[in-house]
Amino acid sequence: MPPTGPAAPVSPTVSAPRKVAAAARDYRGVVHDLSKDVMTGWMNQLQDATRNGAPSAYMMISGNCVEILRCFDILPVFPEINALQLAIRKKALPYILKAEEIGYASDNCAYVKADMGYTLSGGVGENGTIPRPTFIVCNFVGCNVYIKWFEQCAAMMDVPIVMIDIPFVRENQPSPEDVRYVMSQLEELIGTCERLTGKKFDIDRLREILGYSARAEEGWALAKSLCRNRPAPFDCYFDSINMMGPINALRGTKDAADFFDAAVAHYQKMVEEGVGALDEEKFRIVVEGPPPYPYYRNFRNLFERWKAVAVQSTYSTVGGTWEFGFRHDPDRPLESIAEQMLLHNLCNRTMIERYRQIKTYVESWHADALVIHSVKSCRLFSAGQGDMREYFTKELGIPTLMVESDLEDPRYYAEAQMKNRIDAFFESLEYKRVREAAAV
Amino acid sequence: MTVVDETVQQCRDLLDLLPAQALAKARERHPGIGGFAVFPVYAPVEIIHAAGLMPLGLFGVGSKLEITHADSRFQSFICSIAKSTLELFLRGEMTPFAGAVFSSICDVARNLASVAKRNAPDMYIEYLHLPQNAASEATRTYTRAEFRRFRDNLSARVGRPITDDAIRSSLDVFNRVRRLVRALYEHRRSHPGTLSTGELFAVLQACTRMMPEDAAVLLEDLLNSARTRKPLARDSVRVVVEGSFCEQPPIELIEAIESAGCQIVDDDLLVGWRLFKADVPTAGDPVANLADAYVAGSMYTSVRYDSGQPRTEGLVQRVRAAGADAVVFAAAKFCEPALLDYVLFRKILDERNIPHLKLEFEEKMWTFDRLRTEVETFTESMLFD
Ligand code: SF4
Ligand code: SF4
Repeated sequence: MPPTGPAAPVSPTVSAPRKVAAAARDYRGVVHDLSKDVMTGWMNQLQDATRNGAPSAYMMISGNCVEILRCFDILPVFPEINALQLAIRKKALPYILKAEEIGYASDNCAYVKADMGYTLSGGVGENGTIPRPTFIVCNFVGCNVYIKWFEQCAAMMDVPIVMIDIPFVRENQPSPEDVRYVMSQLEELIGTCERLTGKKFDIDRLREILGYSARAEEGWALAKSLCRNRPAPFDCYFDSINMMGPINALRGTKDAADFFDAAVAHYQKMVEEGVGALDEEKFRIVVEGPPPYPYYRNFRNLFERWKAVAVQSTYSTVGGTWEFGFRHDPDRPLESIAEQMLLHNLCNRTMIERYRQIKTYVESWHADALVIHSVKSCRLFSAGQGDMREYFTKELGIPTLMVESDLEDPRYYAEAQMKNRIDAFFESLEYKRVREAAAV
Repeated sequence: MTVVDETVQQCRDLLDLLPAQALAKARERHPGIGGFAVFPVYAPVEIIHAAGLMPLGLFGVGSKLEITHADSRFQSFICSIAKSTLELFLRGEMTPFAGAVFSSICDVARNLASVAKRNAPDMYIEYLHLPQNAASEATRTYTRAEFRRFRDNLSARVGRPITDDAIRSSLDVFNRVRRLVRALYEHRRSHPGTLSTGELFAVLQACTRMMPEDAAVLLEDLLNSARTRKPLARDSVRVVVEGSFCEQPPIELIEAIESAGCQIVDDDLLVGWRLFKADVPTAGDPVANLADAYVAGSMYTSVRYDSGQPRTEGLVQRVRAAGADAVVFAAAKFCEPALLDYVLFRKILDERNIPHLKLEFEEKMWTFDRLRTEVETFTESMLFD
């Protein structure tokens, strides 16, 4: 049954306020624009650095320690954001193919391929949009591909690399030895930054930066918790990208902290007025896995037409799981940076922990279902998602849909098939509701 | 049948068994011995052995078992070893084992450890984070702590202490095994035609399924008889096989490479089981010695970043030291670390004018004709150009 069909029953459990659509879209637009403003500022800095030679460093998103770079006025550069932007602007494929020419396999992570193809095509350096970095900081937090990617960047561009090896969480808590290992490496990183910039490390500056981080993290947590409301003021999968840029790349700046204050104020107001992300919120879902960036809008539409809103998502927590309470602490600067890298992000935790995180999302954010978007590129996310589906459907009885494509490579997105799967899933959810309503 | 043939046949028979059957077989000689599964690439097997257990290499199931459950848990784009390993857990094939150990080699292995744990909640499943930063002052201390953590967890699980003396004797046994393996590698390299890699590979893989004391005897016999074997002379290209550090290729693939005119003179097959370049000292703190050997005395592998020992240079040295003419890059299908490393390997090989060929394999392969033809074309181009 098509979602707009006349017989579509109104959910017995969800009473979605029918506020004006325009209002919702305006609000969504406001936060989107705010995010774009701060992110454009940073991207302009990157562009300038290609020519003025300002110190810069490559870094990965997951559980990063961007505050340390900031403390030395080193401009952070995130190749993952480069890959993401190439995909969302539908420009990734030629770069992916370029990388495959030099030996990357069709089965390798396409984030790596798009970024490497872009580098090989002159996108990095004097005539490009991204500066050739002064050095590379490989924050190995969870994803093993990070190591290869950065090692290959270092080899291709002939720049030094600093490895920060973050022990995976394999007992309930990191051991004191894990923490010491990370702390030593952070101190060594500070030494490298001092040598490369000729600046002395200033702990008070770091404290100030961490104060901004904590303020942004507080905003992040507040915004996400507003999605517990019915209707949710924004889509915590598709719209959370507006918050992910500022929190992961710009964390530690006043701009990012101010952005979150403004975003929370908007979302708060929406909640007070009963305005949701969509005109009507019929299904609340939790989404696991990265989105198909090359078909972001298409994919989103497939859910919107069912009036399904994501109230939480795991992908948004690759950088940090601040909604569960962690904040950087100016009084424990390096310790709290180490804790963030070790423990308070999705990537450095086991699948079993991820199952727990999703279960909490479903329960505390009042979701009806789980949607797993399984992407070929990212095995950190996808390897074993079949088991996740098994666990949520069979053991917890939570309706779960799993669909496959990719986060970067447009060749893996099959719209018709995707649509069929999604439609069938929501049809069955709808049917279930009708039956439950009839049984009351 | 020669002694070598007999040994190789015995080993191939052992490889035909599922892990639990191989453990049962070991129990014929060592009644009541417990087993502990080791997922590749590396684990400190001495600690397992010192706990009174037999470490057993978990290298998938080849074509011995139909994958009927694990396919729905791991998608089509995941390597075979992850699926077949999970299949063993889902079918209860691992229950006779006291536990299993995985390590931080790649994203798939990491998730596999979790999924295996969820489906075998009563089993002891350990996950080691092996260091990826060799340059830090803190690396040795961290690695020692990690190996001690494993020792303590394992000791608590088996309910008996794992003493330093026991670890020292285990180091002795495994040092002996690794010495013999090094000698066999040297023999294969320097006496072409007396020991094929198909043979050596079968034996070494079988050695990951027996007590190291027995493996040492077997390897010693093999070495002695290989030394007396008459060489089979033929024109061939000397190659290094690279990329098979985790999931192991079917023996038939190695045989196909050889029959297509290659003499394999070095490789990274089963590298985690022969990782150390020299004996690990037994005097002093044996766990610290083992950890230090991991940090500073290991061969390079594709699952470890070591700024002081770049893998690219490592491969070139391996080629030079073995007097090889070319590299056959044999990677497990969907193996991210192997396929990513190929990019830098290919670059350096091109720069140094070392010919190379890339192949991919998976567990369920049953025909090797196409690959053999590819290798033949490659070797012919080298022999007759
Ligand atoms: S595997 Fe996933 S987390 Fe790792 S680099 Fe690729 S997309 Fe990023
Ligand atoms: S074969 Fe490769 S991808 Fe698969 S578990 Fe081993 S290292 Fe990981």
